[in-house]
Amino acid sequence: MWAIVRQIVRAGVVSEPPPEAETGWRTDVQWIQSEILRILGRALAIRHVDAGSCNGCELEIQALNNPYYNIEGLGIRFVASPRHADLLLVTGPVSRHMRIALERTYEATPEPRLVVAVGDCGCTGGVFGESYASCGRVANVIPVDVMVPGCPPAPIQLLKGILAAVNQRVPASISTRPESLGF
Amino acid sequence: MLPGLNCTFDRLPGPMPVFRARLTRKSWKSAASLVRSLGGRLVSQWGSDRRPVDGQFAVHAAYATGSGLAWLTLELSDSLRVYPGIDDVFPQAARMQRATADLLGLVPEEHHDPRPWLRHEAWPADYHPLLSERSGQEVFEATSELYPFVPVEGDGVHEIAVGPVHAGIIEPGHFRFSVVGEKVLRLEERLGYTHKGIEKRFEGQDPLEAARLAARVSGDSTVAFGWGYAMAVESAADCTVPVRAQWLRALALERERVANHLGDLGALGNDAGFAFGLAQFSRLKEDWLRLNSRVFDHRYAMDWVIPGGVRDDVGEAMLEQISRQCVLVEREVARLRSIYDEHAGVQDRFSGAGRITPELAVRLGLAGLAGRASGRANDLRSDFRFAPYDTLQPACAASSAGDVAARVAVRFDETLESLRLIRETAARLQSATEGPIHQAPQIREAATCGMGWVEGWRGEVLVALELDPAGRIRRCHCHDPSWQNWPLLEHAVIGNIVPDFPLINKSFNLTYSGQDL
Repeated sequence: MWAIVRQIVRAGVVSEPPPEAETGWRTDVQWIQSEILRILGRALAIRHVDAGSCNGCELEIQALNNPYYNIEGLGIRFVASPRHADLLLVTGPVSRHMRIALERTYEATPEPRLVVAVGDCGCTGGVFGESYASCGRVANVIPVDVMVPGCPPAPIQLLKGILAAVNQRVPASISTRPESLGF
Repeated sequence: MLPGLNCTFDRLPGPMPVFRARLTRKSWKSAASLVRSLGGRLVSQWGSDRRPVDGQFAVHAAYATGSGLAWLTLELSDSLRVYPGIDDVFPQAARMQRATADLLGLVPEEHHDPRPWLRHEAWPADYHPLLSERSGQEVFEATSELYPFVPVEGDGVHEIAVGPVHAGIIEPGHFRFSVVGEKVLRLEERLGYTHKGIEKRFEGQDPLEAARLAARVSGDSTVAFGWGYAMAVESAADCTVPVRAQWLRALALERERVANHLGDLGALGNDAGFAFGLAQFSRLKEDWLRLNSRVFDHRYAMDWVIPGGVRDDVGEAMLEQISRQCVLVEREVARLRSIYDEHAGVQDRFSGAGRITPELAVRLGLAGLAGRASGRANDLRSDFRFAPYDTLQPACAASSAGDVAARVAVRFDETLESLRLIRETAARLQSATEGPIHQAPQIREAATCGMGWVEGWRGEVLVALELDPAGRIRRCHCHDPSWQNWPLLEHAVIGNIVPDFPLINKSFNLTYSGQDL
């Protein structure tokens, strides 16, 4: 136990301190946090769906959970079921074998559901394109709100894409929902 | 090479000892038995359609023995699309043969398991995408087809179906558990969900441009496949890679190994209920990736290895930083290892979980780091010492316990060894005078085939390349060791409890994309 505590103290808090530089990523993170709270008024629940990627995008999505990005601290968390999700983070290309699973996941996500297509393949089909085995980009299968290009997009790009999706649909229903549902 | 086999072997150009031979139908199976008796292993089995060239189909097998890799080919006439299966000699061939049946319509004489493997409902059973008359652009209406899982019956037995969309941030696949209470009686995997037609996509591409596709077979092994593919092109073109580029490739490959081990060691702690491990290791991994993005201009060094060499050099100052980071990470990993080792709760979950005995590992061909944790001391870097590993002399990690704890120990050992290799590589690069880092491969008319064979972080990846007379790709087969290890995962969980599955699964961390292609 002592060794664990010592290691924790030694490692310290790496979630980077407030910025001196205006363009540092921490600035972005703080901006994202305040935007999510302003728009949603609550935490954002994300369901990730790998619809056929090479797993490169998955590495960067996993990296979002490391202490540097500290996304849970921003009120963003990954959930295990689409039924708990506000937003689907979909990596592609959508393989023909994943088409039905993706459609069902989308159907299972409650409205207003947001969809962010991740990576060059999710945005355009990438190097895999369309074929007997691949439907190409995510938008060929389900409606997409925001596309985040990159191969794979870095964690901070993913965060920006997620926020863009939240920001884009500032539906009245979201801002009024807490009261109407009696939260 | 394989004495007693009635054939002539040609050595392919390249740093690895790869020998190619044509076999007759009669000797196809005896070759498998011979390799088996010599203690060799099946690395991959695949097929190709060579009808536009010589009117034949071909089935290929790659076997590793102490003296190198034997690439054996059996030609099949257009009218007889069956071949002698080798799955009774090497059980790991079973899924590869099913995939060959799906993609090319070539089936073994005794097709023990005629169920499709890579084909689901998206295209009909009589459509074989790798046939030369198929463009790969055909699209079919999805049908509904029942896949017969093997049923387990008995008092209190029930099934748990998981996937293809999993609860975590991982790739899609389907797992069917048959359980009694918490205890797993049987696991059956169904993969192929991420099949996106990679091998068809390669066809007709320029070999230099297709490197981008090879680098995306499995994102977490992008350097390994990038190097494997580059080696195959260089072997086909008989081109030698500049010495400095060889060292730079090793730098990228070892950094990929460390990055993956750091990530998995953290995730393994987390799956054992020790979130501290995830926080610490994912912090180290992020540091690692951030330096990668400065060294390689990419967090995973994707597309950095190119046929003929590498894309950019690494400067003195950056090499200095790399060495410094290795010292820091080494200290932290050693400290975290002792915390893992001394944590009773973690060790209780790790020890004995998901055991693959050395006997089973040999019988079913467990590969790579998982194999090394079950007594199979194979590592291409130490077995064949291709440059620059001849100078670096890496030690091969080994354990024979075969459980999660052993795979964790092997990962720790390999992380520390790779850190040493990276430091040494950086020192070499610093002291060496700068030289060329790229030598463009010239695809001549005589170029017909090439083979790449590299020890990635999971194990040996293989890339077999066949070119057409115009110098374009006719067939490119990419093989990840996950093909060997997925069936062993089914064995590893037998008798364990369901909640230990994520832990056992993560200790292997196999690729879906690299298997589904």
